[in-house]
Amino acid sequence: MARDFSWIRPQPWGIHVVPADCWIDPSCPVDRALVTHGHADHARGGHGETVATPETLAIMKLRYATSEGAVPVAYRETLTLRGGVSATFIPAGHVLGSAQILLEHAGERIIVTGDFKRRPDPTCPPFEVTPCDVLITEATFGLPVFRHPPVEHEIAKLLAALAPNPERCVLVGAYALGKAQRLIAELRRAGHHDTIYLHGAMERMCQLYEELGVDLGELRLVSDSAKADLAGSVVIAPPSALNDRWSRRLPDPVTAMASGWMQVRQRARQRMVELPLVISDHADWDELTQTVIDVNPAETWITHGREEAMLRWCQLNQRKARALALVGYEDEDD
Amino acid sequence: MERFAALLDALVYTRSRNAKLKLLADYLRETPDPDRGWALAALTDGLDFPAVKSSTIRNLMGERIDPVLWTLSRDYVGDSAETASLLWPNPEMLTEASPTVSEAVDALARMTRANVMTELPRLLDRLDAEGRYALLKLATGAMRIGISARLAKTAFAQAFDVSVEDVEEHWHGQEPPYLALFDWAAHGAAAPSSEDLPLFRPFMLAHPLEDAQLDLADYAAEWKWDGIRVQVVRVAGNTRVYSRSGDDISGTFPEIAAALQVDAVLDGELLVRGVHQGGEEGGAASFNALQQRLGRKLVSKKMLAEYPAFVRLYDALIVEGEDLRPLPWHERRAKLEALVARLDPEHFDLSAVIPAADFAELTAIRESARDNAIEGVMLKRRESPYVAGRKTGLWYKWKRDPLLIDCVLMYAQRGSGKRSSFYSDYTFGCWDGDPDSGAELLPVGKAYFGFTDEELKWLDRHVRNHTVNRFGPVRETDKSLVLEVAFDSVHLSKRHKSGLAMRFPRIHRIRMDKPAHEADRIETLKAMVRD
Repeated sequence: MARDFSWIRPQPWGIHVVPADCWIDPSCPVDRALVTHGHADHARGGHGETVATPETLAIMKLRYATSEGAVPVAYRETLTLRGGVSATFIPAGHVLGSAQILLEHAGERIIVTGDFKRRPDPTCPPFEVTPCDVLITEATFGLPVFRHPPVEHEIAKLLAALAPNPERCVLVGAYALGKAQRLIAELRRAGHHDTIYLHGAMERMCQLYEELGVDLGELRLVSDSAKADLAGSVVIAPPSALNDRWSRRLPDPVTAMASGWMQVRQRARQRMVELPLVISDHADWDELTQTVIDVNPAETWITHGREEAMLRWCQLNQRKARALALVGYEDEDD
Repeated sequence: MERFAALLDALVYTRSRNAKLKLLADYLRETPDPDRGWALAALTDGLDFPAVKSSTIRNLMGERIDPVLWTLSRDYVGDSAETASLLWPNPEMLTEASPTVSEAVDALARMTRANVMTELPRLLDRLDAEGRYALLKLATGAMRIGISARLAKTAFAQAFDVSVEDVEEHWHGQEPPYLALFDWAAHGAAAPSSEDLPLFRPFMLAHPLEDAQLDLADYAAEWKWDGIRVQVVRVAGNTRVYSRSGDDISGTFPEIAAALQVDAVLDGELLVRGVHQGGEEGGAASFNALQQRLGRKLVSKKMLAEYPAFVRLYDALIVEGEDLRPLPWHERRAKLEALVARLDPEHFDLSAVIPAADFAELTAIRESARDNAIEGVMLKRRESPYVAGRKTGLWYKWKRDPLLIDCVLMYAQRGSGKRSSFYSDYTFGCWDGDPDSGAELLPVGKAYFGFTDEELKWLDRHVRNHTVNRFGPVRETDKSLVLEVAFDSVHLSKRHKSGLAMRFPRIHRIRMDKPAHEADRIETLKAMVRD
């Protein structure tokens, strides 16, 4: 019997789980939302009820200053929804609290990956391969040119830039949620225990990570520090601050950016980056295609990103696939 | 190859000229021969491998990846070599050591069309992604990383603490990997010989006169023509035309190269004949006319007929094997005058000496000169030899006073490098009619210098506080600020909406006192055109 999986309906503003009347990562307020992770393009405020991991809920509380309607669900705990639908949150390895959501209904299993990566990350549990009938996957870096190098390699590049410039600092642009903390944790893992300086926009998120058990070592705000203290140090700021007035207070910064987009030279040049660090919290091409092979679903649906190339790959590998046009998920700063 | 690949990437991401120079100089000093010479040639487009074309990359990838995935990737990345370097399968482990630059150059030079599809992959398999990018860029010669020949020579000079003029003199005629050049600069060997080659000799340059007054008993005055400075060289039947930076532009001006029939090295201004008769000097058009001829690789007969070029000679460096450079100016001048009489008058004439009795008379003559082919006046010390570079006290340029116009600031963009957080690139406009009866501003130019650091801070704050719109990196301002813009000349241009193009515009003054509707109109600017 041909299955059409019509109980789940992708719409431009989110994925509708029809029998349970709830939405996954909706971009507008709804009665009941299941949220994969805390990034603003997936986690909006204003829902009646928000189901997510406790970590994601803590992040959302920090951002929206309210926890009304929060329904925490632990990893691998199965939640029964209305209409004979159950939902299980499974680690996605993207950022702290990030989850894939497994939906089961009438013997059919559908997984929405949210954003994910397969590489180890000291700030969150790793992605778990879970069998299903339909895999709804992201494709942010869905082009075969995107092959992220090992993170150790990029961290070594960053540390190598510090050494010959004791009078300068290295200013790294990094997403305030996830990327910044992973960068700090990876620097610590590489044996860099000096104070790391932060832009004010990073402070509360780093505190929250520490409260949730991720050790980040000695951190200080740039605004609490003298210019001379910053020389020879790593400074982390949101990408938007890199070339703005804020950076004038730093001692002749070497401008770096930690992002998967840095793989492409012209993208790095456009951002006026001198030291591109290819560090991404998304799966690269090899991880995306390997995940389809590992999970081995009957159908692959591709949400946001460069879905054309993923579709082509599925076609070449005789896998049933379709592209969903979801809006608002383009991740320019990863 | 790793070191070269790292250099390439660092150059891609570095914007400041000084930082680029340091990167290059460090590389040249620290890398052994012959790698550094090959790298230098690769960076300055001095290498050509006939078997490897950009289509080679496409064909190579066609055998390894689905064509649809290739096209999607290539379109996203925007560069075939980079796309291929990223897509090439990483070898399980690098079994062979990565090739050195010279090893790669040898292998590339040996490749033929018949074996390139099997030989090039062997090299690629020994490299990581950065190395593959460097190799493919080296092989196809499309570096495009903003390293001019001049910058490379300056870096070379910096690396070995020699003068850039000497580097320029000895560089020409040397072939990659420039072993004799490195031997000379790095190890103090004798400078490479260059007698029988049509080589570029570094130009003698002038300082701006500023407010000084000179005694015309010591200095001779000449017109400064508004063309491009060139050096025409003929040795043993080989002729070259070199630009100010030492680039060979013989192909762009074949009639000049063909017309010199005497072995000599001559310094002059390349001009195009036109209706702007320079009084008794005669026969030069404005710079705008010359611009039609610049930058072309092939010159049509039509171009040659419509914009005939000639050289107005300033000086003679070498004539028939005799090096005149140690001689004082007046002796060289006598020899130049004697030589010009023997040259084809259609393509060579003499830049006249201005017959002024004293500085006051010269000032008056300069004021009255409104010929558009005249950029100003040159003052040359009569007893001075011809010395490469810019030495104090020998030559001065006294440019015509700039033209001025009041414009309104319309758009601003951030600069780069040290100015990357400042809005320092300004687009300004003039009114296309009466601003009180609904006229609009049309952009007339763009400038990013002329202001002090303090003024830059003020302008940056003005832009931030008066932004009405953003287009990507560009901010549109509320068009309330008047800027006095200085420029050398203005020309008719079909490429600009205002129909006008300014030459060398710079911010002269911030006119905080002047309301925007009192800024100048397009018609005022148009009246300054002297095409």
